[in-house]
Amino acid sequence: MSEKIGVYVCHCGTNIAGTVDVVNVAHWAEEQLKHRGVVIARDYKFMCSSLGQELIEKDIQELGLTRVIVSACSPHLHETTFRNACARAGLNPYLCELVSIREQCSWVHTDGTAATEKAKAIISGGVERVHHNEALEPLHVPIHPSTLVVGGGIAGIQAALELADAGFQVCLVEREPSIGGHMAQFDKTFPTLDCSACILTPKMVQVGSHPNITLYTWSEVERVDGYVGNFTVTIRKKARYVNTDTCTGCGICWEKCPKKVVDNVFEAGLGKRKAIYTPFPQSVPKYPVIDVENCIYFERGKCKACQIFCPTEPNSINFEQEDELIQLEVGNIILATGYDLFDSKRIPQYGYGRLSNVFTSLEFERMCNASGPTEGKIVLRDGKTVPKTVAIVHCVGSRDENYNEYCSAICCMQSLKFAHLVMERTDAEVYNCYIDLRTPAKGYEEFYRRVLEEGGHFIRGKVAEVTDSARFPDEEGKLIVQVEDTLIGKQRRIPVDMVILSAGLEPRHDAKEVAHLFGISCSADGWFIEKHPKLDPVATMTEGIFIAGVVQGPKDIPASVAQGAAASARVLGRIQQGEIALEPIRASVIEEKCSGCRICNDLCPFNAILFHEDRMVSEINPALCQGCGTCVAACPAGAIVGTAFSNEQILAQIEGLLLINLQSPSRVLA
Amino acid sequence: MKKYAYFPGCSLEKMAQSYHLSTIETTRKLGVELEELEDWNCCGATTYFHVDQLLAHTLVARNLAMAERKSLDLVAPCSACYKNAFFTNTYLKNDQDLAEHINFALEEDNLHYSGNIEVLHLIEVYVKEVGYEEIRHNVTHPLEGLRVAPYYGCQILRPRKNHEDVEQPRFFEELISAIGAEPVNFPERLRCCGGSLILTSREAALSMVHLLLKSALDHEAEVIATACPLCQVNLECYQQQVNQEFGTSISIPVLYFTQLIGLALEIPPKRLGLGTELVPATKVLSYARRETNE
Repeated sequence: MSEKIGVYVCHCGTNIAGTVDVVNVAHWAEEQLKHRGVVIARDYKFMCSSLGQELIEKDIQELGLTRVIVSACSPHLHETTFRNACARAGLNPYLCELVSIREQCSWVHTDGTAATEKAKAIISGGVERVHHNEALEPLHVPIHPSTLVVGGGIAGIQAALELADAGFQVCLVEREPSIGGHMAQFDKTFPTLDCSACILTPKMVQVGSHPNITLYTWSEVERVDGYVGNFTVTIRKKARYVNTDTCTGCGICWEKCPKKVVDNVFEAGLGKRKAIYTPFPQSVPKYPVIDVENCIYFERGKCKACQIFCPTEPNSINFEQEDELIQLEVGNIILATGYDLFDSKRIPQYGYGRLSNVFTSLEFERMCNASGPTEGKIVLRDGKTVPKTVAIVHCVGSRDENYNEYCSAICCMQSLKFAHLVMERTDAEVYNCYIDLRTPAKGYEEFYRRVLEEGGHFIRGKVAEVTDSARFPDEEGKLIVQVEDTLIGKQRRIPVDMVILSAGLEPRHDAKEVAHLFGISCSADGWFIEKHPKLDPVATMTEGIFIAGVVQGPKDIPASVAQGAAASARVLGRIQQGEIALEPIRASVIEEKCSGCRICNDLCPFNAILFHEDRMVSEINPALCQGCGTCVAACPAGAIVGTAFSNEQILAQIEGLLLINLQSPSRVLA
Repeated sequence: MKKYAYFPGCSLEKMAQSYHLSTIETTRKLGVELEELEDWNCCGATTYFHVDQLLAHTLVARNLAMAERKSLDLVAPCSACYKNAFFTNTYLKNDQDLAEHINFALEEDNLHYSGNIEVLHLIEVYVKEVGYEEIRHNVTHPLEGLRVAPYYGCQILRPRKNHEDVEQPRFFEELISAIGAEPVNFPERLRCCGGSLILTSREAALSMVHLLLKSALDHEAEVIATACPLCQVNLECYQQQVNQEFGTSISIPVLYFTQLIGLALEIPPKRLGLGTELVPATKVLSYARRETNE
C-alpha cells in the first residue's frame, strides 16, 4: 500500500456530532482502514475553521500524506475550502475527497448507533475511491473582452451600459424594432409614480449613442458556438427594408403609409400603427421597419408610398433588402430576454375577449400612457365613456394551480398603481379583489396605505366570474364581478363598468428553445435556472452564460436593474482576470472505442459534444463540459471516461461502502 | 360504430321515460349500439357518498365491473349517475388500496374490477363518438328557427376530465346547431338547478330555478334543452311554484336534447316520449306536425 491517507472527521458543532459518534468513527477509521492506507484519522469540532484546515496542512507536510478524506458536509459547500488547504500544503487539490456525513447521514437519521455505522461505511467508500483519484490541473482559457447581451429591456439595457461604461465592447441584440422592452409600454412606475418613459428613455439614448455598444435591433441570435471566453455567435439581422445609413428617422414614410395595422405588440392590441413603423416616438434606434405581412407593396406589388415620399438622397427605402447573418466573437453572454404576459383568454370565466370592457393590465398601461391610443384617458372600449366603477382582479393566471402556481410578484403593486391612476383621473369607485396583498419592498407598503386613504375598496377573495348576465335591476348593462368576500364570509356581486385583469408574468413562449440554444436549463415553470438561488442568482450552470431580469423569475423594475448590473459585475470580473481556470473534472471520448452512435450528442445539457462526420466519432469540448457525467453513463460502448468520476473510482467506492475491504482485503485491488 | 354498456339509472325507468325512449331511438338511428347493463343497481345518487363513501364506491364499482366483464365502456344519461361512476372509476384506477378493498367486496358477487373501462355521459357519445358532421349528415328535418337554450347544468362538466373548457363550453351549442336549431346565448347555462335542495330549502331552490328560467326567457329561448333528469324535473315541474313565489308568468317547455335530435331525425314524436310534458311543447311539436301534414 503506497498511499498515505489522512481522514478528518468533522463534528460540525452538534450538526454531525449530535447524531454520529465522531470520536468512535475516527478511531475506527484509523484502526480498521490502516491496511487500506489510512495513516491518521482525526476528529475536530469545525474542520472548516482556520485551525481545522491548518491541522490538515500540518499532517500533509509532517506525515507526508498523499491523499486526504474530509468527512463533513456536502462537497457543494466546502469542497473548495479543503482543496485549497491541500494545495497550500503542496498536495494536488484533486487528491482530496469530501464525503458527506451530514446531509446524507446525521441530518437524515435519528438512530445514533446506526448513523455512526453508516458514517463509517461512507468514509470507507471515500478511502477506496480516493486511491483512484488523479492529480489534475485546471484548464486555463483566455476571456474575450467583448460581451453579448440578449434582450433590450431594462435589465439588458442596464447590463449593457455598465459594461460599456467600464470600457468594454458590448453587442446588444433585440428582437423588436426598438429597445425598451415592457418598461417602455408603461405609463407610471410604482411606488414613486415616476413617468416610466422619463426614466427609461435617457438610458435608451445612452445605449443608442454609446461608442462601446453595437446595437442590433430587429435581430435574433441564431447560433452559439464555442465556450466560456470564446463564444462565436451568429446573429440574424432581419431585413428592415430601410437603409439605416441614410435614414434620418424623419417619420414621413409612416405618415404617408396608407396601411393601418392593429399593433398587438407594443399597443397590446389597443392601438394601431402603420405597415412601416417605429413602435413608439422615442424608439432607439429611430429607423423604422416594414412589416412585410401587412405591407401593401409586399402583398400586391404596388404602393411604394414610403419610397416615393422618402426625402433622403439616396432613398432610404430598399424593398430588395435581405436578412443578414453576422458572426461575432464574445467572451461572455448575458441573457435578459424578459417575459410574456399571461394570456387572460385562458381563464374564460373572466370574459376577456368576450366582454368588451374587460381589459388586461398591459392594455390598461397603454390606455394610461399619454402617447397611447387614448392619450392617457381612462375610457371604456367605445373610446369615450368614462367608467364610474372599476374592478381590478388580482392574481390572474398566478397563484392558481390550474395555470401558474408561482406568484408573479409585480401584480399587487401594479394593481395598486392602477387603482391610484383610476382615482386620480376619474371619479370612479375602484374595487381591488385580491387573494393576499404582497407589498414587501421599499416604499411599497406606504403606497398601499396611500391608495387605501385615497378611498380604494379592497375585497379579499378570488374572483369567481365576470359576467354581463344581470340578476338585479342595478346590474343591467354592467359587468358583474362575482366574488366571495372572505373577510365578511359572503358572496358579493359587484356591478362595474370596467374590469382590469392584473395578468401574471409567464416565461417567453420560446424560452425552452432559447435555453437550449445557449446550453442552459429552465425550471419546470420555464424560468431560466440560476447557479444558486440565493448566493449566485445571475450565473448559470454553464460557464460564461449569465441571466438578468424576469427571465430568471418574476420581479419588478428595481430588481431587474439590480440583476442587470450584477450580471455585468460578474462579467467584468472575468474580463479583468483575462483568463479563467476551469475545473478539470470533465468527460472525454476514447476515439478507438466510439462507434459514432451519437446517443451522447443530444443528451449533453451543455451542447459540449461535437460529432466529427468525417471520422464518425464524437468529441467532447473540454471547456464546455461541466463534468455532469450524463454521457459517461449513457455511452453504450463505454467509450466515454470521466476524470474524477471514472468507473474505477465509482466501483471502488461501492466496494468501500459495502465494507468488502474489511472482510477480505485481498479482494480489493487498488 | 361503437358499442356501449348502457346504464339508464332509476330516473329513466319512470320519471324520465321520455329520455330513455328518445335515447334508444336516436342512438339506433345514428348507428350507436347501447346494450343495457343486466341487473344494474343504484348509482348512489346524491346522498349515499355522504353517508358511507366506501360502500357507495362499492355500489358503483359493481356496475363498472359488470360493464368491464363485457369489455364495454359505460354510458350514463343522467348527470348524477355519470358523475358518481366517473369519480369511482377514477379513484379505483388511481388508488390501489381502495381497489383492493372494493374488489374484496365484489368477490361476494363473483365480480372483479380492474379499471379497464371509461365512463361517459350520454351527450359525449353524440358529441365525440358520433360527431357533429355525422349528425348533420343524418338530419332530414332540421329544426330551423327553433330557439333552444342549452342547459348544461353543473355535474356534466365536473369533474374536469382533461383540459377541456369547463367554464365556457361550446359543445351543447354545437350539437343544437348540428340539428339545425338555433342555440341562444344562455349565460346561466352552467349554474346548478338546485338538485334535491327543493326538499330541504324550498325558498333557495325556487330562486335558483327562477334565475335559470328567467335568463332563458330573457334571451328569447323557446325551449330549454337538458341532459339530466333532475334538471328537467326542477326546471319543468316547479314553474308554477316559481310563478306564485315571484309573481311571474313563466312558461317554457323543458325537453331532453335527445328528444330534439329525434325530431330532427324525423322520428315520430310519440316514440320520443313527446306529448307527456307538464308544460306543453307546442312550438316544438309544430315542427313534427308540419312534417306529417305535408
